[in-house]
Amino acid sequence: MKAIQRNSKVRTGFHQAKWDEPIIFELTQKGERGIQVAGTEPGIRDRVGDGIDSIPEQLRRKIPPALPEISQPRVLRHYMRLSQQTLGADVNIEIGQGTCTVKYSPKINEMLARLPQITELHPLQPEETVQGIMEIFYKTDCFLREISGLDRFSFQPGGGSQGILTIASVFRRYFEVKGEAEQRNEIITTIYSHPSDAAAPAVKDFKIIYIGPDSDGYPDFEAFKAAVNERTAGFIVANPEDTGVYNPKIKDFTDLIHASGGLCGYDQANANGLLGVTRAKEAGFDMCFFNLHKTFSTPHGCGGPACGATGAIKRLEPFLPGPHINAIEGNDGKQRFAFDRTFDDRSIGKVRSWYGVAPVVLKAYAWIMSLGAEGLYETAKVAVLNNNYLFRKLMEIPCVDAPYIRGKQRVEQARYTLEKLTKETGITSGDIQRRIMDFGLHYWTSHHPYHVPEPFTLEPTETPSKEDLDEYIATLKHIFEEAYNNPDIIKTAPHRSSSHQVDSSWSDDPERWAITWRCYLKKTRQV
Amino acid sequence: MFCLGLIVNPIAGMGGRVGLKGTDGLAEKARQLGAIPMASIRAGRAVKGLSELRGDLLILSAPGEMGETVAKETGLSVKVLDMAPGDPTTAADTRRAAEMLKREGVDLILFAGGDGTARDICEAVGESVPAMGIPAGVKIHSPVFSRTPEAAGELILSIIRSRVEGKGPLFNLQEVLDIDEAAYREGYCNTALYGYLKVPAARQMQGRKAGSQISESGAQNQIALDFIDRMVENRYYFVGAGSTTRPIMENLNISHTLLGVDVILNRSLVKRDASEQEILQITQGMPYTIIITPIGGQGYLFGRGNQQISPELIQKAGKENIWIGATLQKIGTLKGEPFLVDTGDPETDRLMTGYVRVTINYHQEMIYPVA
Repeated sequence: MKAIQRNSKVRTGFHQAKWDEPIIFELTQKGERGIQVAGTEPGIRDRVGDGIDSIPEQLRRKIPPALPEISQPRVLRHYMRLSQQTLGADVNIEIGQGTCTVKYSPKINEMLARLPQITELHPLQPEETVQGIMEIFYKTDCFLREISGLDRFSFQPGGGSQGILTIASVFRRYFEVKGEAEQRNEIITTIYSHPSDAAAPAVKDFKIIYIGPDSDGYPDFEAFKAAVNERTAGFIVANPEDTGVYNPKIKDFTDLIHASGGLCGYDQANANGLLGVTRAKEAGFDMCFFNLHKTFSTPHGCGGPACGATGAIKRLEPFLPGPHINAIEGNDGKQRFAFDRTFDDRSIGKVRSWYGVAPVVLKAYAWIMSLGAEGLYETAKVAVLNNNYLFRKLMEIPCVDAPYIRGKQRVEQARYTLEKLTKETGITSGDIQRRIMDFGLHYWTSHHPYHVPEPFTLEPTETPSKEDLDEYIATLKHIFEEAYNNPDIIKTAPHRSSSHQVDSSWSDDPERWAITWRCYLKKTRQV
Repeated sequence: MFCLGLIVNPIAGMGGRVGLKGTDGLAEKARQLGAIPMASIRAGRAVKGLSELRGDLLILSAPGEMGETVAKETGLSVKVLDMAPGDPTTAADTRRAAEMLKREGVDLILFAGGDGTARDICEAVGESVPAMGIPAGVKIHSPVFSRTPEAAGELILSIIRSRVEGKGPLFNLQEVLDIDEAAYREGYCNTALYGYLKVPAARQMQGRKAGSQISESGAQNQIALDFIDRMVENRYYFVGAGSTTRPIMENLNISHTLLGVDVILNRSLVKRDASEQEILQITQGMPYTIIITPIGGQGYLFGRGNQQISPELIQKAGKENIWIGATLQKIGTLKGEPFLVDTGDPETDRLMTGYVRVTINYHQEMIYPVA
């Protein structure tokens, strides 16, 4: 076996664990147990029953659930093996998740969130016993107000898409209250905004109107003018878009919407480069959301506990999901925190249970506190600097190009095209995505459908160092050279990753796709 | 046993290398200019990977350079069609070979060529036999070709494999488009729709820029449902040709023409394949809406393949009564270039310029420029 390769930035010796581990339902052995739960002791049973009899008869299962029956060591081994087959943020240079890249989440913040003072809290506890976490919610709200210029934030939405759904719901409710809901049923967005900016309003029964880029690559203002009319309820847009293009004339867009009686919602999922630079308020937005799990460092766990903190201007505050937390003066003259439980029938109601994911808000609070206002601005500058460096270096590679705003700067991410590489070698961007896993890295193409041919999207954030970026660039170069000299190795990739070539035709076929084990068994006629 | 039909258009692609923008009727000139027949080589690259299927695959091939030579190199069982192609081979030979393969009941016709070859196959077998092109021609506008010759081979392997698994492969109808080469050499680019081929639905196919072809056909269906939901009583709807507008007729259970304009009233067919005169007669004093789709890769709304919809009809309808449907994938093929209108009447063309609303999915529209 070779020693560690030190003369190259490219990890040609990378080899990921591959355990061929079955899925947990296949591991089941009848009668095998992780824990033997002791029965209720006779004395207790006689006095209060066995626990089960307190459940009403009609709610009790007749047949036990078909859960896997497995011993503790086997469960442990199962999940340890799976964890070795992931390529998580702690082991790879995390810039290749495209527009979903997460920045480093300091481990100390993870430790804070795991303190029993947080994990043992219950949302139904009396207010006076949870003043600490209420203060953290309140102060994080205040930070976001300052960062955005808006007047109140709700932490209820569990992610970005739910944040957009909250914005769309507020828009819908606002026009219902005004008596214009039937007339105003169109939401305008741009094709390079996140797909949720269209999908979430569609859930609220809005018709979606898309605007494409103009010849310079900015959202086409002339098309926008043609889109706005008396049916327009609002405009929901990402800026910068996923191409990294920032629309400097955004105020003209929001002004036009306001002039026609509509509302403006800002998808701030791409805000890494904007902290302390621009604000939603000055750009004319009535609402916005931030992904705490992205811009404010708290990681997202594969759609898991996250937070799309959603804010509104004063006029729309009553429409937000509640309750809000207010700072009030207590009887002793000291500041304390209280839920505002006043019922306002204009509110859209809850979009998620309780108040939002408390550990996520805590981690964002800790991150903001550790940096301060100057620190936040510094992270934005470094995120942009990192993107500029990556962009320049990649554009020096002949087969890489990036459409739109030639010669001008992107913000904190960019969408590139490998059209030339594909034409010359037959290797597609999707092929590169599989091959790069052989070097322990991620890579993301784009949302579908591809508007940029053979796309890839990189968002470096402020986290990676110059050395990290250089490794990523060197790895891409290495693979591009393979495309010209040894394309077969790419076509048959991955070779050293836990992953394998996935036959994605299944995901296109309603007869075959399965999103649960039970569904898979049904469709493959095993049950 | 999978029976694969093979047709190679040996002169395909020769015109391109020597700047002739196509080889239709110019094979001899191309040869004089030094063009090398590439189609056989490309077909060879496609079928090379199939030799592992010995015993499971029979190739039924056109004779000589039209497929036999390439087929025999694979070492697979080959049966040759009993026909005598001309020298050089002609479009009629391609059509005849395709007809014979259809009669023989092949599972799929694999052909090497360009848009012109696709047209010939389409004319001969239409949608009755699945087909797939190996890109070997000068013009590859129709989304009926695999991305690379090798991809065609991979796709055939996966079709045979999915058959073994008891899952029939999925096929989509895709447009066969071609440009008028004579006009193109003069500097004009006229694309027209010539019909549809039933091609495998897979990512190995080229053409539409992205997403899966299945999600695209889903979007086409959603566009149709949007249009149908917007239809009102006692109003005529003129439905133009295209794979985007076809699902309207399918959802209404109406038989329709392939390339013409059909007329609907109260969700029933009034006239199939109506001519300009018939359309004008029908609309006497009655309100109507025109439903069209742009030509993929090109963007013509009017004036290519739907000349039955006259300038007069367009003028009377007004911009708001012209419904345009196109999937985002199709719009992507235009690479940001605007839609085009060429009705022959400058005033009507001017009426359409500016921006139009294109339905891209159910309850989804895009504001798109018209030059």
